[in-house]
Amino acid sequence: MASMAQAIRMALHYGEAHLGVKDIFGQDVGAPLGGVFTATQGLQTAWNTPLDERGIISMAMGIAMAGDRCVAEIQFADYIFNTIDLLKIAGNTLWCTNGQVPLPMVVMTPVGAGIFGSVYHSHSFDAWASRIPGWKIVMPSNPLDAYGLMLSAIKDPNPVLYLKSKALMRHKGIELIPGEPSDEKALKAMIDKPVQNSAGWKPRWPDLEEYLVPIGKGKIVHEGHHLTIVTYSRMVHLCTEIAEKLAQENISIEVIDLRSIYPYDWDMIKTSVLKTGRVLFVNEDTDVTNFGEHLAYRVTQECFYQLMARPKVLAGKNLPGIGLNPNLEKNSVPQIQDIELAVRDILEEVP
Amino acid sequence: MAQKVSQQGSRSLKNRTDSKSTLSSKSNKKGDTKSKTKAGLVKPASSQLRTKKIKKINTSDFGGLSQGLLLIIHDLMVKSRVLEERVIKIYKAGEGYFWIGGPGEEAFGIPLGLLARKGQGLANDWFHLHYRCTPTLIALGMPMIDAVRLMMNRVTDPSTGGRNFAGHYCFPKWNVAPVTSPIEVQYPLACGTAHAQKRAGFNAISIVTGGDAGTAEGDFASSLVWSSRKGNELPVLITVQNNGFGISTPFDGQHGETQIADRAKAFNIRSRVINGNDPIESYLAIKEEMEYIRKTGKPSFIEVKVTRLYGHSSADGANRKNELFDSVLEFEKKLISAGIIKDIEAKSIWEKYEIEGVQAQEKARTEPSPTSQSVWDHVFVDNENADWRKF
Ligand SMILES: Cc1ncc(C[n+]2csc(CCOP(=O)(O)OP(=O)(O)O)c2C)c(N)n1
Repeated sequence: MASMAQAIRMALHYGEAHLGVKDIFGQDVGAPLGGVFTATQGLQTAWNTPLDERGIISMAMGIAMAGDRCVAEIQFADYIFNTIDLLKIAGNTLWCTNGQVPLPMVVMTPVGAGIFGSVYHSHSFDAWASRIPGWKIVMPSNPLDAYGLMLSAIKDPNPVLYLKSKALMRHKGIELIPGEPSDEKALKAMIDKPVQNSAGWKPRWPDLEEYLVPIGKGKIVHEGHHLTIVTYSRMVHLCTEIAEKLAQENISIEVIDLRSIYPYDWDMIKTSVLKTGRVLFVNEDTDVTNFGEHLAYRVTQECFYQLMARPKVLAGKNLPGIGLNPNLEKNSVPQIQDIELAVRDILEEVP
Repeated sequence: MAQKVSQQGSRSLKNRTDSKSTLSSKSNKKGDTKSKTKAGLVKPASSQLRTKKIKKINTSDFGGLSQGLLLIIHDLMVKSRVLEERVIKIYKAGEGYFWIGGPGEEAFGIPLGLLARKGQGLANDWFHLHYRCTPTLIALGMPMIDAVRLMMNRVTDPSTGGRNFAGHYCFPKWNVAPVTSPIEVQYPLACGTAHAQKRAGFNAISIVTGGDAGTAEGDFASSLVWSSRKGNELPVLITVQNNGFGISTPFDGQHGETQIADRAKAFNIRSRVINGNDPIESYLAIKEEMEYIRKTGKPSFIEVKVTRLYGHSSADGANRKNELFDSVLEFEKKLISAGIIKDIEAKSIWEKYEIEGVQAQEKARTEPSPTSQSVWDHVFVDNENADWRKF
């Protein structure tokens, strides 16, 4: 099975071969490295940029304005912060011009903790991103979705922010990408650059097919009727694990992988919450003015009289950074036992 | 409701007369004004071309430009000035919220618009302009009323539909990128369109303008870095309109470099400083640099000394600074004394545009405002719903 990094690479290849992508660029994105997580290895249109995040976003905006399709990368979301006003401009350009100037561009960036990346390789960006209108924001949790969301992002006429979890880069899926060889080793031999003697290496791309995950549509990854967990990206895996564990105690948990932060799948959330009456929102970004808070607010507004317990948000602590030592990181972003405790708390509440 | 505006419509002409008398006395002391001193730092392009013998007109030096072209430049400079003065009046009459614009930059902005390859798409030039670009838009052919509509935030404003300030133009049909308020972001963006243009292979270029104070932003440096990468140079005409101020802060005290143009040299970008108060010098310099860029695919840099004739914006009053060099009136005077245009003909040009401006204001008044419900329009392409309440 493909890893997330391989899935993104294959999606980008599909993009340049079939969807008109002409530039894939960012720091160390081109040869020889092909991206710090190898997600851009062997791509025909990948190139290395100066070490200038604002320049990268501006370049993408200019290319999109001129009518060409591109995918730009910010090497780590921790370094996207100095581009926020450009992201704002990219998000408001269509609106400011009364619909005249669309900016179809994809910006991808690795996010989140889980690899002991210390203060500047652990930041999340989903809550920040949700405050930049005009962008669509996606956050895949597995290789097949990573592939399908990238294709949708490339095809979308609006700017799309593609947040990829660092900790999931080597994560392998359970479903094949259409066209992916079923033998993992065969795939590796085709598209991974050999570590040694790689001079002159070229990938042999599998015969990939178009597969789209619609932006704005979530996925129920674990069905249940006692409590709903709404989450995305890396946290999907922790939440599913808890759902499976608690199933043995006959506790039935529904886990929604939201997949898109904006627009988001409200129908799916609301239907599930009306069924369970209990809901937990889980993500890694800091918890003050967190995206989960927006969803919790909406649940209280629209499902208040059907709720059996107070909606809860479990997110990163509102700290200036995530410290390197495991004791520090683990006490900064939600851990599996925190999720379990939160679930049990909500289940114990009596209306 | 439609109160007549023609009463207040005579200021351009009045300026013309007032300043003419002041300026004619000034013109005896050549090189006396600030802008001329600045201009003295550069090699005037006109002197290089003095040997050329295109001399149908009875003038000492018009840089070889034809009479017809000189008259077009003059006409458009007047048009742009009258328009700016009209929108200032609209602001002062309380019919607009804020004014910012480019009176004083006509001698550079008009030639820039005239010389560019105008049209939509990669075969044509791209414009990444700042909020003082009215002259360039006028040269491209923008009707006066479209600036008035923008000033009066009408739904008919073709740039923003009443969403943004004066001077924040957007004309996709001429590759005029949306003017944005954040200073300097247009510089590296121009590298993006230039990259696409270079790939398309039509020798089209991207043109960027902005102020002197803004060059302190990192985005200015970004444009130098990205346009000059060895083997990946980009066809960008990078220009800076140096009016000596950023709002209230003078140039001196904020810059270690002698000339802003010197910074381009460090990136092996061809660069020069010109007197942007002289339309002929501007025309010849822009033409030369555009030809160089089209031929080589490499960037070029022009620092343009200009005059901020009405101050920064309506925030500091938008009043005419009579002590400053007025490029429109000076050029007109030069044309008159060379016999290229008669005083009475020049006057009728001012009058013609004055009438057009007044009529534009009267018409824009009758045009609708954007509706309050339209705030959700165009967040996403094709009005895909962006309101979470409706997800
Ligand atoms: C990034 C940013 N910072 C501050 C401002 C506020 N501001 C508007 S114009 C201006 C001065 C710009 O001076 P300069 O670049 O010399 O251009 P000029 O207005 O003189 O033509 C400032 C500080 C802004 N619009 N954008």
